[in-house]
Amino acid sequence: MRKIIALLFVLPLLGAAQNNSGEIHGDFDLSLQTYKEDKSIGAKAADEVLLNNAYFNLLYTKGNFTVGIRYESYLNAKADYDPEFRGNGIPYRFASYNKDGLAITAGSFYEQFGSGLIFRSYEEKNLGLDNSMDGIRLKYSPTNGMYFKTFIGKSRTHFTYADGIFRGIDGELNINDLFGFESKTKAIIGGSFVSRYQKRENIIFKIPQNVSTYASRLNIIHGGWNYFGEFAYKINDPANSLSESNMNYASGSAFINSIIFSKRGFGVSAEMHRTDNMTFKSDRDKDGKAFLINYIPTLSKPHAYSLLALYPCATQADGEFGVQFDIFYKIQKGTLLGGKYGTKLDINYSRINVLNGGTSFLNDHKEHIPMLISIKDETLYFNDVNLEINKKISKKLNATFVIANQTYNKDFLEGHPKGDYGILNSTILVADITYKVKTKHAVRIELQKLNSKQLEHADELAEGDWSMCLVEYTISPNWFFAVQDMYNWGNEDVEKQLHYININAGFIKGANRFSIGYGKKREGIFCVGGICKLVPSSNGFSLNISSSF
Amino acid sequence: MQKQILTLLVVLLATIFSFSQDVRKLPNIEVKTLKGDAFNISELDNGGKPIVISFWATWCKPCKKELNNISEVYEDWQEETGVKLVAVSIDDTRSMSKVAPYINASDWEYEVYLDPNADLKRAMGVSTVPHTFLLNGKKEIVWQHRGYFEGDEKELYEKIIELVK
Repeated sequence: MRKIIALLFVLPLLGAAQNNSGEIHGDFDLSLQTYKEDKSIGAKAADEVLLNNAYFNLLYTKGNFTVGIRYESYLNAKADYDPEFRGNGIPYRFASYNKDGLAITAGSFYEQFGSGLIFRSYEEKNLGLDNSMDGIRLKYSPTNGMYFKTFIGKSRTHFTYADGIFRGIDGELNINDLFGFESKTKAIIGGSFVSRYQKRENIIFKIPQNVSTYASRLNIIHGGWNYFGEFAYKINDPANSLSESNMNYASGSAFINSIIFSKRGFGVSAEMHRTDNMTFKSDRDKDGKAFLINYIPTLSKPHAYSLLALYPCATQADGEFGVQFDIFYKIQKGTLLGGKYGTKLDINYSRINVLNGGTSFLNDHKEHIPMLISIKDETLYFNDVNLEINKKISKKLNATFVIANQTYNKDFLEGHPKGDYGILNSTILVADITYKVKTKHAVRIELQKLNSKQLEHADELAEGDWSMCLVEYTISPNWFFAVQDMYNWGNEDVEKQLHYININAGFIKGANRFSIGYGKKREGIFCVGGICKLVPSSNGFSLNISSSF
Repeated sequence: MQKQILTLLVVLLATIFSFSQDVRKLPNIEVKTLKGDAFNISELDNGGKPIVISFWATWCKPCKKELNNISEVYEDWQEETGVKLVAVSIDDTRSMSKVAPYINASDWEYEVYLDPNADLKRAMGVSTVPHTFLLNGKKEIVWQHRGYFEGDEKELYEKIIELVK
């Protein structure tokens, strides 16, 4: 720590003494929200009335040298954030140097090995997730086509660090570059190793203090084809609190595969993944997303329209099997269906189910390894089939239509006891129309409808049908005004047939953005990249200012 | 400890503000090409002509709107100004496999790079997408813009024209 401070302090001064100048830049974000009570939607008032999240990033670069800090302020954190984010501080600061293929970072850093199956340190402000590492990282490329990364560090959790100490190394070889052969087919191979040390406190059971994980990956590219596969393995990692009746010495594994083909006007991708007991945490005894140190990407399409994302899929790192297919096709202009400007089609299908016989994790008392691949008759987590049509109708009019059918295992994905809500099936329609009123003025209308039913008898009623309408008016390049209403008209509980109205306006100029809003937000699951959080319902004003320089 | 850091921050800021100049170049950060190769973004080149860098993602509606709208006039822009557009996708491993099929099906002529763990995004101070940067012939960042509204590409093009005048 002291050394980093010394480094931060001395090097810019040296630069200054030599009378060389560097560059300074960064970004800033402030988000304020008031919370007032609204019993009808279950929104709670905040004791503080006003809650605040803010951060300020500052980077100084001079040649190959960079220092950076981030000041963060939570006074107190907004209601959708973990309350552990409390107070002010500088949880992120680093110095790095990059010379002749060797890059050294001391302090905070983000890193990902391969797809992240065994290690991913990243930030996602929308989720309030930041597991940046604090330690030392080296990246070295001794020759063209050969890349190494290694690090040692501890993982950030809120304003402190998780218990585990991580050591990791990753290597990647680009076979064609390395041996200098020209070929239409390219191959890239990689491998990584990450180990976590955490002191054993359980005196009865022998649990590993050093937990190793390995992964290997292969990428083959040939013309428009691209195959990527990665396999990961984790040794047993039982919690300290294990007891004789609840022991867990199961190891974990995950593999992902994707194959893509694309050419002008057309592209397809097919993906498959399987994960079994592959939650890897920065503290074996703690739960919660703040302690996750790896990333199993969700195998479903990230939807941008609100009703399509009403019931989102979350990855079950403990065990799931899934497939996904995508087709992107452009009907060329001048054809019957293409019209004057062409028509774009995106078709997406995904299906995720439990592992056959349950995950290894749940079956530790007997040696159980779930079947490698099994789809038929398995309990479904999530299923989504959707078609998006994007059509420019005239110079002034542009439209997007989506039709989707989603099946959502509400009990499992939201952690309710089995039988509470059962499985929901929803059909969703979206129309999104933009009309250019005049130069720089445009109006956009979004109409969405979700019809949902519970597939089996359940103890609790789900929310039923929804509609949503949004009208947005923009004046390029500076202004926007929007009003939207989400209406739960199909709720069988008449008292819950509520409107969630939101009004927003904003001003953007260059790199600065100001926006204000007022309205009610529904309680719901909000996900980014398959990591989800429960957002409480709220009612109040919001102000957001962001800026880059 | 916190106090020490704050003092340090003040001294640091004062020092660097007084000695740094107002020119901003591309950071020394590696991204990936769609063919899996590493590429250092500071090596971007357009032979002394302007470069536009646009951060986007396959799940971001306004980003796709911006890049699709520019795509329709891109040929004219290139002819008149020699500008090159570089689209940096911040899709992570969840949606990265949709990038190549999407851009091919959209007939984009842009140079596309992947930034799956947001290294470049962070280094360039991008917090939300879309976020567009304009670089002059010396590869200095001269203008940037957050978000996209229908018609915003006209302002961008005016800025490009100013650079080549």
